[in-house]
Amino acid sequence: MQRLVSRLFMAIIALLLAGPIVVLAGVSVNGEQVLYFPPHGFSLGWYGAIVTDPGWRGALFASLAVATLAAAGAVLIALPIAWFLWRRIAPWAEIVRALGLAPFILPPVITALGFLSFWATLGVYGQPWTVVVSHAIFLVALPLVTLSTGFGSIEREVLEAGATMGATDRQLLRTVMLPLMVPYIVSGYAFAFVLSLNEYIIAYMVAGFTLETLPIKIFNSLRYGYTPTMAAVTVVFVCVAALVFGLVARFGNLPRLLGAYGDMGK
Amino acid sequence: MKRERPRALADYLPVAVPTAVLAIFFVMPFGIMVAISFFKRVQGGFYTPDFVFDNYARFLSAFFGRVLGFSMGLAALVALIAVSIALPFTVQLAALRGRAQVAWLVALLAVLSLSEVIIGFAWATLFSRTAGISNILAFLGAMARPVSLSPSFGAVLTGMVYQAFPYAVLILYPAVVRLDPALAEASRTLGASPVRAFLTVVLPALRHAVGATLILVFVFALGSYLLPQMLGQPQHWTISVLVTDQAVYQSNLPFAAAMAVFLVLACLGLIGIATLVGRQKELA
Repeated sequence: MQRLVSRLFMAIIALLLAGPIVVLAGVSVNGEQVLYFPPHGFSLGWYGAIVTDPGWRGALFASLAVATLAAAGAVLIALPIAWFLWRRIAPWAEIVRALGLAPFILPPVITALGFLSFWATLGVYGQPWTVVVSHAIFLVALPLVTLSTGFGSIEREVLEAGATMGATDRQLLRTVMLPLMVPYIVSGYAFAFVLSLNEYIIAYMVAGFTLETLPIKIFNSLRYGYTPTMAAVTVVFVCVAALVFGLVARFGNLPRLLGAYGDMGK
Repeated sequence: MKRERPRALADYLPVAVPTAVLAIFFVMPFGIMVAISFFKRVQGGFYTPDFVFDNYARFLSAFFGRVLGFSMGLAALVALIAVSIALPFTVQLAALRGRAQVAWLVALLAVLSLSEVIIGFAWATLFSRTAGISNILAFLGAMARPVSLSPSFGAVLTGMVYQAFPYAVLILYPAVVRLDPALAEASRTLGASPVRAFLTVVLPALRHAVGATLILVFVFALGSYLLPQMLGQPQHWTISVLVTDQAVYQSNLPFAAAMAVFLVLACLGLIGIATLVGRQKELA
């Protein structure tokens, strides 16, 4: 009885979480340019339109370019901070960690408005590269958390054993730490990449009129009426996110990354 | 490799460079925003450096008071609903075996990473006349004919709870997973019903985590900027919507900045409380 109730509860949650996505998947294969569910007719043409339509293709490439570069930037900023916090006894450096987490934890509107004020003051408002820098700063929090977890899971004894046998810091870094850290670096990058792909308000406020990313393109298109292409893009987004996180889970330890063992910053 | 205090100047280098980057690209923008909140707005969308409190004085209007009250109330309601569903859910999730649990985590992360644009669009479709809930209800005979369910307060609330639910689960997850399952088992062996065991053993053991989660989800919901616009009517607009509206469409950066500063102070205060509440767990 109890198992039945708990199964039912989980099933309802699954239905509620998947519901909107299932409906959009249905809507995205409508035969005509209508949003019906269940779909009227069948066509995969709307998925093709993401690549063939110049507007959608441009937005797709813009989003991919921003996400690829911004995620790399976020990892490059987070890695030395996480390393320093793990390697050194320096309580004051916790402030730096807080500084890295803040842009992500504060309501995104605030971070977005800060960037808008900053770029406008510098006189580069609307330049596409400002979106990359803004996203990189915004997303530092994600690799910072995964990398801190990664460093926390390394057994210091292993490194000491290596040091006793005469390995230098540099050798230890390359032969022991790097291989252990790769899953955490990759997942930090993956989290930042997916989040950048989906980010709307910062991209919009910083350069919404010059650089159209996919979320901006969807929002702008809403004004001219709903089309199945928007549903198709949404389905692609969900699939990309599920795929990326699925890969992270396959090659890394997702429960550990999400704090199941409590070894962040140990 | 032992933890050591930094000694040589070079030891500070790994933290100095990223700190400088964060200072330039986060602290400075923030400072500029605060400065602009005291600037004087000039007609036509520009502003001049000044030190006036005009932008903050506008908070004293009845309109702003209503928006602020509504935003806080809505965020509190969203936090309450999301955490009440997320808590029993997370307890079930933690009891699942490896594979099934990881599959759930992947799904939760996928939903959590979804853009607000996409969540808004998805629920607008679900609440529309042609595709979605009212169609199913009409098909089942529960409704005479399909109707449009958005824009409405219910639509805004649904969208925001949908957005906040995975966030609540993932914040609760570490505390719930680390909770000793023997606790609940012992109470069950002693004859407590599952509901009673949850209410008298699991819930009290997690009270600090739940308190901290409520506050963090509240802050998260306060930041929702598109769902009230896409699924609601103008009277459902929140302070985040207003900030966007003033900054982008009304070109009133000083007023938008003043509202943002206010929002930051409110959020920082709440996050501070959440951190303190969360810390108590380790001390207790």
